[in-house]
Amino acid sequence: MTSSTAVVIAPTARASRGLWHDALRRLLRNGPAIIGLIFIAIFVVGAILAPYISPYDPTIGVLSQSRQGPNMTHLMGTDLQGRDELSRILYGARISLTVGVTAVFFGLIGGTIVGSIAGAAGGVVDGVLMRIIDVLLAVPGILLAIGIVAWLGHGEIQIMLAVGVSYSPMFARLLRGSLLALRESDYVLAARSMGASPLRILLRHMLPNALTPLIVQATLAAATAIIDVAGLGFLGLGPGDPRIAEWGEMLTDSSRFLQSAPYLILFPGAAIVISAVGFNLLGDGLREALDPRLKR
Amino acid sequence: MARFIIRRVLVAVPVLLGLSVILFLFLRLLPGGGPAEAILGQHATPQLVAQISAAQGFDRPLYEQYFNYIGRLLQGDFGSSFIDGRQVADTFLIRFPGTLELTMGAMIFAVGLGIPLGRLAARHPNSWIDGVVTLISLFGISIPVFVLGYSLAFIFGVQLHWLPTFGQIDPRLDIPPVTHFAIIDAILAGHWYVIDAVSHLILPSIALGSIPLAVFTRITRASVIDVSNEDYVRTARAKGLTERRVNSRHIMRNAWLPVTTVIGLETGALLAGAVLTETVFTWNGVGSWVVTSIQNHDYIVVQSLVLIFAVIFMTVNLIVDVGYAFLNPRIRYS
Repeated sequence: MTSSTAVVIAPTARASRGLWHDALRRLLRNGPAIIGLIFIAIFVVGAILAPYISPYDPTIGVLSQSRQGPNMTHLMGTDLQGRDELSRILYGARISLTVGVTAVFFGLIGGTIVGSIAGAAGGVVDGVLMRIIDVLLAVPGILLAIGIVAWLGHGEIQIMLAVGVSYSPMFARLLRGSLLALRESDYVLAARSMGASPLRILLRHMLPNALTPLIVQATLAAATAIIDVAGLGFLGLGPGDPRIAEWGEMLTDSSRFLQSAPYLILFPGAAIVISAVGFNLLGDGLREALDPRLKR
Repeated sequence: MARFIIRRVLVAVPVLLGLSVILFLFLRLLPGGGPAEAILGQHATPQLVAQISAAQGFDRPLYEQYFNYIGRLLQGDFGSSFIDGRQVADTFLIRFPGTLELTMGAMIFAVGLGIPLGRLAARHPNSWIDGVVTLISLFGISIPVFVLGYSLAFIFGVQLHWLPTFGQIDPRLDIPPVTHFAIIDAILAGHWYVIDAVSHLILPSIALGSIPLAVFTRITRASVIDVSNEDYVRTARAKGLTERRVNSRHIMRNAWLPVTTVIGLETGALLAGAVLTETVFTWNGVGSWVVTSIQNHDYIVVQSLVLIFAVIFMTVNLIVDVGYAFLNPRIRYS
């Protein structure tokens, strides 16, 4: 007697496991995106572990050790007050990354609310909301954030709000555009004809499909937000507490010593650039991963 | 075409009115009690507050204040500075030429380098040349104006002594300000002073132009690659046209469209970027004026400058839209 054995044939091609899974797989195969993720991870880990890995207290300086160049005791040198530059960069990552990313998050929330209402409602509501967006867009770039911080005053929350408000029109426009295109799509018409409520159609059918460009744009915006937050700090509109290490403010303080202590510009400047490069690479990678048609 | 322009101008009116309401409220709702208290800051005494409130009309009903504000704006009265007492419009006319020179310098740098770089990358897609160009544009958008500005100042000013790192012109030359455009004034003064003015413009232009450079490079590359894959380009090659002719008459003519739109959009971004660049290079323009006005709590100047920047930004966008419609008949007739 022979016993029959079942033979499992492995599929030759891996089946698609859904948009997000496929996107993640593509992202992890994208070299530049991985480099971007590593850059971001360096600063995120540095920011989280700052209290444990910082060699010195970032707020306490030793005046006798003012403006020492990079050496074995102070790897990135010391600033005018004799504070350790490396410790200030690590603690600065906390402020710059948190404020930058939260600002984008605020902008995303504001933009999503306005964009969904405009895109889903259409008509007069859309017209009015888009005119308000036009007003905000009429003030170019960082100037709007500068104006809002000048109005709200110093502080981390104020900076997040200011940068967030200046980013929300972009997100609102983007989302509205996608939603308007989706309104006429077959599956939305199908849901509508089945009697789904407008809110359900928006939340269950339209928003999830309009999310991809928003995620990509938010990642890229994180790069510019970090630069904008540093820019506000550089202009003297930072958190306002001189003890707090913030990359932009660190640059303003050091600009007077360009000749004698250029490393005080180099290190905070490099920190801003590396984290911005990280988010830009990740954003580009996400764009390609979420929309494979764009892959060159 | 005329109807298109009129329609675009009419769309701008409600936007400007909306912005005027926001800016009006910006001054009235400043934290710290009231506009007079906010402007005076720590110098606020009841007498001074009453004096300024009466002089500026802050004690009138809000709607009356708004109509007065709009009325004054329509007459070209943007208010005056609390610091030096000068009319905002007067100081603007003195400082704006500097900002204009800087933005034009940045634009020349960004367009002059960005478009050839983009074309070069598009001609060799996925080659090492493309990689280098992509890397340049990645750094262009990732490096803040002030970090690049200080780096350039350190290398070319402090270390190499090739270029000046602050101001628009060497004050020792004692050039009389006629037009307030440093380069034109230097030409008028003769003695080849123009070389000094141009050398002052180089580093700030590169710093300010880095972001547009990256954007133009990317958009030109993408646009040229897009157009190169079109059927009519293949047809042009198939009928035996020279590569040079295919490039100039068939590819670039169509690839220009998205590039021109982005050039227009970036002009507005340059105005905002000028705020940071002028601060780095102690440039006597409108951008550094915004910063000093905020530091001095000179809110009427801030209020007016934001409005003026918005008007300039919208005008540039209008010119771009009209130019785009001119280049692309499909827009004009839709």
